[in-house]
Amino acid sequence: MDKGLALRDVTISKDGTPLLSVDHDIKPGEVLTVMGPSGVGKSTLLAFITGTLAPDFNASGSVWLDGQDITNAAPHKRRVGILFQDDLLFPHLSVGANLAFGLQSGGSAAARLAKTDEALEEVGLAGFAHRDPATLSGGQKARVALMRMLLSEPCALLLDEPFSRLDAALRAQVRDMVFDRARARSLPVLMVTHDPDDARAAGGAIMTLGEN
Amino acid sequence: MMKHLAVLAALLAPLPALADPDPANWDTVKAEAEGQTVYWNAWGGSTTTNDFIAWVGDRVAEDYGVTLEHVKLTDTADAVTRVLSEKQAGENDDGAIDMIWINGANFAAMKEADLLFGPYAEALPNWAFVDAEGKTVQTDFTVPTEGYESPWAMAQVVFVHDTADMPDRLGSMQALLEWAQANPGRFSYPQPPDFLGTTFLKQVLVDILPDPSVLELAATDETYDAVTEPLWAYLDALTPNLWREGKAYPATGTAMFPLIADGEIDLSISFSPGAASTAIANSELPPTVRTFVLDKGTIGNASFVAIPYNSGSKAGAMIVANFLMSPEAQARAQDPEILGYGTVLNMDALSDADRAVFEGLDLGVATLSPAELGTVQAEPHPSWMTRIADDWMTRYGVAQ
Amino acid sequence: MLGPVVAGLWGTFLPAFGHLPAAGITGPSLDPFRDLFDWAGLPRAMMLSVMTGLIATGVSLLIVMLVTAGWSGTRPFRLLERLLSPLLSVPHAAAAFGLAFLIAPSGWLSRLVSPGLTGWDRPPDLLIVQDSWGLTMTAGLIIKEVPFLLLITLAALGQTDAQRSVAISQALGYGRLTGWLKTVFPRVYAQIRPPIYVVLAYSMSVVDVAVILGPNTPPSLSVQIVKWMSDPDLAMRLEGAAGALLQLLLVIGALALWRLGEIVAGIIGRRWIMAGRRGRFDAVTAQVALGLGTACALAVLLGVVVLTIWSFAGYWGFPDALPDQLTWRNWMRHGPGTLEALGETALIASVVALAALILTIGCLEAEYRYGLHISQRGIWLLYLPLLIPQTAFLPGLQTLMLGVGADVGRGPVMLAHLVFVLPYVFLSLADPFRAWDTRMGTIATALRASPNGVLWRVRLPMLLRPVLTALAVGLAVSVGQYLPTLLIGGGRVATLTTEAVALASGGDRRAIGVYGLMQTGAALVPFAMALLVPAMVWRNRKGLRHG
Repeated sequence: MDKGLALRDVTISKDGTPLLSVDHDIKPGEVLTVMGPSGVGKSTLLAFITGTLAPDFNASGSVWLDGQDITNAAPHKRRVGILFQDDLLFPHLSVGANLAFGLQSGGSAAARLAKTDEALEEVGLAGFAHRDPATLSGGQKARVALMRMLLSEPCALLLDEPFSRLDAALRAQVRDMVFDRARARSLPVLMVTHDPDDARAAGGAIMTLGEN
Repeated sequence: MMKHLAVLAALLAPLPALADPDPANWDTVKAEAEGQTVYWNAWGGSTTTNDFIAWVGDRVAEDYGVTLEHVKLTDTADAVTRVLSEKQAGENDDGAIDMIWINGANFAAMKEADLLFGPYAEALPNWAFVDAEGKTVQTDFTVPTEGYESPWAMAQVVFVHDTADMPDRLGSMQALLEWAQANPGRFSYPQPPDFLGTTFLKQVLVDILPDPSVLELAATDETYDAVTEPLWAYLDALTPNLWREGKAYPATGTAMFPLIADGEIDLSISFSPGAASTAIANSELPPTVRTFVLDKGTIGNASFVAIPYNSGSKAGAMIVANFLMSPEAQARAQDPEILGYGTVLNMDALSDADRAVFEGLDLGVATLSPAELGTVQAEPHPSWMTRIADDWMTRYGVAQ
Repeated sequence: MLGPVVAGLWGTFLPAFGHLPAAGITGPSLDPFRDLFDWAGLPRAMMLSVMTGLIATGVSLLIVMLVTAGWSGTRPFRLLERLLSPLLSVPHAAAAFGLAFLIAPSGWLSRLVSPGLTGWDRPPDLLIVQDSWGLTMTAGLIIKEVPFLLLITLAALGQTDAQRSVAISQALGYGRLTGWLKTVFPRVYAQIRPPIYVVLAYSMSVVDVAVILGPNTPPSLSVQIVKWMSDPDLAMRLEGAAGALLQLLLVIGALALWRLGEIVAGIIGRRWIMAGRRGRFDAVTAQVALGLGTACALAVLLGVVVLTIWSFAGYWGFPDALPDQLTWRNWMRHGPGTLEALGETALIASVVALAALILTIGCLEAEYRYGLHISQRGIWLLYLPLLIPQTAFLPGLQTLMLGVGADVGRGPVMLAHLVFVLPYVFLSLADPFRAWDTRMGTIATALRASPNGVLWRVRLPMLLRPVLTALAVGLAVSVGQYLPTLLIGGGRVATLTTEAVALASGGDRRAIGVYGLMQTGAALVPFAMALLVPAMVWRNRKGLRHG
């Protein structure tokens, strides 16, 4: 019960109109898929969890991660990783520096370098450390973004329509990679999507918003 | 006991009255001056002037052991204000200023407020060489100097003409008007209240009045209208024939040099007899430019130095003031390569050797010799200038 | 930043009603206004102020709108845009000098065609520069306002769906220009209204351009105010203060008139749209507009060229097209002076621009972190210091400082500059700063970067180019400031701009060439750096090349 991501009586509203209510536990290695048409506030749920909800929204309820209430924690101390549909690699940093940004601070320079190189190798991008992220293909960028997030050692993973920009062939491949890594690290995963394929591939519980 | 008290009182009493050096006793002054530092507050806007002052510093250090520091001013009024506030603050013995380059209104103000040391000027040894008869060195804008300031340079109105377009000089203001009517658009003067512009107005008045001595007294409501009436008649006739028909005026004297260089005007006015030669050397005027003065002479005034009452180095300041009037310094100041300022000395009072130095100076193609500059006419009382400038602005300064 | 403005207006208000304890005069009295209305030049000075403001603003706006309508998205437009953007940083004074050196009867244009075409071997006695109607001064303002309004318009165009609107109206048979005016113009105008008001207020009360190009018999009201304020006789400040209040009223009146004009134009415009005319003169109008826009660009460009020539000129008589010889002599003579002024200029500009940048980033970052939003009213507040004529509150600020015995000098000058620099820096940085993808921030936060870490390690490096551009804007605005430097500095803070404008009265074109060029350089170099530095630092980062 302690491990995992728990949403307790979470209600988000704007200007007094409730947008969504969620009360759900996600166990380590499990995926909760939130579905619904665009505009029902799927992404605001993620923003509430990461602590970046815009102030014109009102939220009640609490978020628990591995037995701790993180509802009011500073966003950068929550240890919640997130991936968006765009890779959002920092354009001013090299691929290696993007990964090092995610990596926990501390350790010798050599050790950090070894870790980022190892991460690149893991996703088949060995030798890409000095590349400009803008020169990578879509699939390559997605993989770097994933590894950058994982290197920050998050305790939960949020996915915001993460695969919708990828073409069909790449999509399955990247999707499998993300879910495999999440399962391997026993991370609770919350995914919002409007694509039934994503939901099916996730294989977990599905919650549909905007129907009540 | 009483004796001791008297000594003590003497020691505590303010010193200046006791310590002020007497210029008549020149050897004492020289002895006292040695080792003193003189802070000369002088306008610092001209590189050539600054270089000249630095040279003076070298020479007085060499001959008299006086150190000269040039405090570069942008406005002489600042120095006046400074001395005034020192007096209010009770700093009566060693103020920050030992000497000021001064003239006109600033001198009148300081003299009236008892802020100056003196009289000293006419007791200086080099006063013997000064042309007190022929040059306006004993009045400063009609205010008698009474020895409270000593002269070191002369300025005098000259007319600047381009001989390529206007070969002949003019002898009087009436001749200038007739020439302008025959050659419309070829003459202008700086827009009053510019200093040179008001000087032009004064020059007109001095030249066309049958008896200009009335201008030595302050203007009164009774005299003003009658005296200035011919001036306005003159200007009414002149203005339509000015450059741009008098709808625009150059802002300053120097702004007229480019107009001559471009051939827009043929004739202008300057307060520095050497300025045209210097401008030719700087490519600002064509080499065909020459200067002339009127038959009856032109207005001139002198630049002076004065010593504040609270200077701590009065002896040193007098050494510098005296050196400025020496044939050596005057000849250097007159050299157009150095400064091109007019001398205040009387050539006849000089030794043959000194006179030869002045005669040997190449004053520049467009500069008149001291003899050619002729009579220097005195500045009218300042009250005339103020009223004439105001009236000019109402009559011509807001023309349609 | 409203503090100094309000204080300055108060400091103008008191002496205008005869209260100036520093000069030993206590009020209240109406004498200052009586003196002001007694001044024979007043009607004409007022007329000059109002006419130059309205004409300069109207004509610049017309040129920019017609050029944009007729040509936006085309190659000539991009060329013109590229030509005009660097010209934005040419200080007003330098551009005005350049124009004077071009179009005066003895100017470069006249020299180029004389005596060949004109038969002139001496310059004609024509009143062009400093003409009584202020037309040359108005032209000098137009050539500087056109680049400004064009860049503002381009920024506004980005937020309107201009291209598609024009495409649709063209499909409906409208000419390109007419279609743009009927569909895009109303949206663009709504966005650029504040800067247009700024241009109007500025043009009405400008001093440096008026000193260089404007008439003197009498001068425009703002120039006369400055003359009164710099009179050694403190009592003249009362008349100056009364004039400053009158200037403020004139600007408010002109703004109201402009607003009225907007309403009338709106009514006529709606009728015009309803009438459904497709635009028969589009091609001709577009050509004329492009010609005028190009003429503005050329006037500034050739002005800088002729400044350069004069700065190296030996003797250069009329009607020679070029000087007899080129020489370093002028630079040797004025070089040391310009370097001193450059040092002062650079010191003031860097401190002020940096302070403005820090304040701006602080504001924008607070807005991001705490979700604050600046309302439309807030934007107007930001523009307020630019809308109040400088001649209305700077003299008051100076008088107030005189009253409390504050020493004039560099510090107060910097503060006064900040009032004018801050809005421009803010307006320059706000859009790119807000346009930054905040998901980058979410990602960085999720990667456990603190809020400051996100700002310093992600946001600012990504925004390097807009940040440096805003800094360059700040530097250029500070470099160009004339009146605040002159009045608040009490004439003792000598920057390149005050020195250059002071030279106007001396008419020494070689010295003006040297100072004008240095002034232009001081404003242009930061812009060049703002382009070059990011290009060098991010030369291997394709994703930032179009930041």
